[in-house]
Amino acid sequence: MDQVFYTLQDFMTHTESVTYLLVIATLIGMTLFWLFLTGGKKED
Amino acid sequence: MAQVTTGERKSIFSLFNFIALIVLGMGIYLTYLRFTGGLAAVTHLSDYNPWGLWISFDLLCGVALAAGGYVTSSAVYLFGMKKYHSAVRPAILTGFLGYALVFLAINYDVGRPWRLPYPLVVQQGTTSVLFEVGLCVATYLTVLFIEFSPAALEWLGLKKARNLVVKLTILLTIFGVVLSTMHQSSLGSLFLIAPSKLHPLWYSPYIPIYFFVTSIIAGLSMVIFESTLSHRFFGYKMDETHRKEANDITLGFGKAAAYVLAGYFAIKVMGISSSNHWHYLKTGYGAWYLVELLGFVALPSILYAIGVRVKSTGLIKWTSVLAVLGVILNRFNVCLVAFNWQLPPNERYFPSWMEIGISVFIVMIGLLLYRFIVTRMPILYEHPEYKGAH
Repeated sequence: MDQVFYTLQDFMTHTESVTYLLVIATLIGMTLFWLFLTGGKKED
Repeated sequence: MAQVTTGERKSIFSLFNFIALIVLGMGIYLTYLRFTGGLAAVTHLSDYNPWGLWISFDLLCGVALAAGGYVTSSAVYLFGMKKYHSAVRPAILTGFLGYALVFLAINYDVGRPWRLPYPLVVQQGTTSVLFEVGLCVATYLTVLFIEFSPAALEWLGLKKARNLVVKLTILLTIFGVVLSTMHQSSLGSLFLIAPSKLHPLWYSPYIPIYFFVTSIIAGLSMVIFESTLSHRFFGYKMDETHRKEANDITLGFGKAAAYVLAGYFAIKVMGISSSNHWHYLKTGYGAWYLVELLGFVALPSILYAIGVRVKSTGLIKWTSVLAVLGVILNRFNVCLVAFNWQLPPNERYFPSWMEIGISVFIVMIGLLLYRFIVTRMPILYEHPEYKGAH
């Protein structure tokens, strides 16, 4: 994270790679969170 | 007038009225100082810090917290969630008063308030984000006034005018959503011009999206919070429908807020990642940023979710306070704490007590107007002549 980037290419490759991984984690996380949110006590 | 009373009248000699009297007296005096002595007489504003408490709290927080109007009316009239119908009028009223008070506050904040209509009628700065904000806020305030007017017209007994306005409901709701989407995000866009002044953790090319998403969170949470206060203080005005629907509204809005907060948390983390600003998290500002992100975004999201799962309306109501405070903290951080972060401490801005006094005065006007309206007009109950006619 504290690494030095010498070219814009290096910077973009690094940040976009990390962001894409976060996007995948978000898609999975939001699905699981929705299941958690809707899985509680049923209406009486 | 078609006065409908569904409960008792309270004495005017109450603690709240006593405090209100003091605040109003102080506010009138400070208003006199402001408009006779200028901004320097009452504020700590300077060329370095031209936007102070009145912009960060009265305007940025005021607009965000008034978002309940468009959030609720679009849920009910555009997405067909009729079970939340009883929340529409209180939310529209809160939104209308919120925007009206934003307009009042901006008159204190700008150096020459009589020139406020200039961008509309003299010189259109169509390339300016602030022009778009001004135009949208002015138009949306008008839309909110018309959306609110059926309650006033029912109270006044003007049946024909009321029926005419009610026919415009869908059109006004669409206007409300479009205008809110535009100016809620544009309030964030105002900071795009200051990448060197705003701390990198708060500055982002995505800041308009952050502002828009937080306005939805603020709107949903404010409806829950305001409904809780209305039950506590104006419960005697509520009819059976409002009481019955209250739990559904709390659970439904709590569920929506939990999910939007989770999404907001995710896009904030992605924002840090795409700018590669992770290293700032190790600094003092980073710690403060984490307090905002974990304590006022992640935590309310989880608490809302737990509240919805176990059907605990009490937990959801308390969480709404945390979420509202989170949005206020975010606006303060963007506009005050993280703004001009590189200036030496003696050049940093801290509001004078008179600026705080004016802000308290404006909030008090809002509370008194809200009380005046809900104790007279059919906001928390359906007018007997129009039962089910929405």
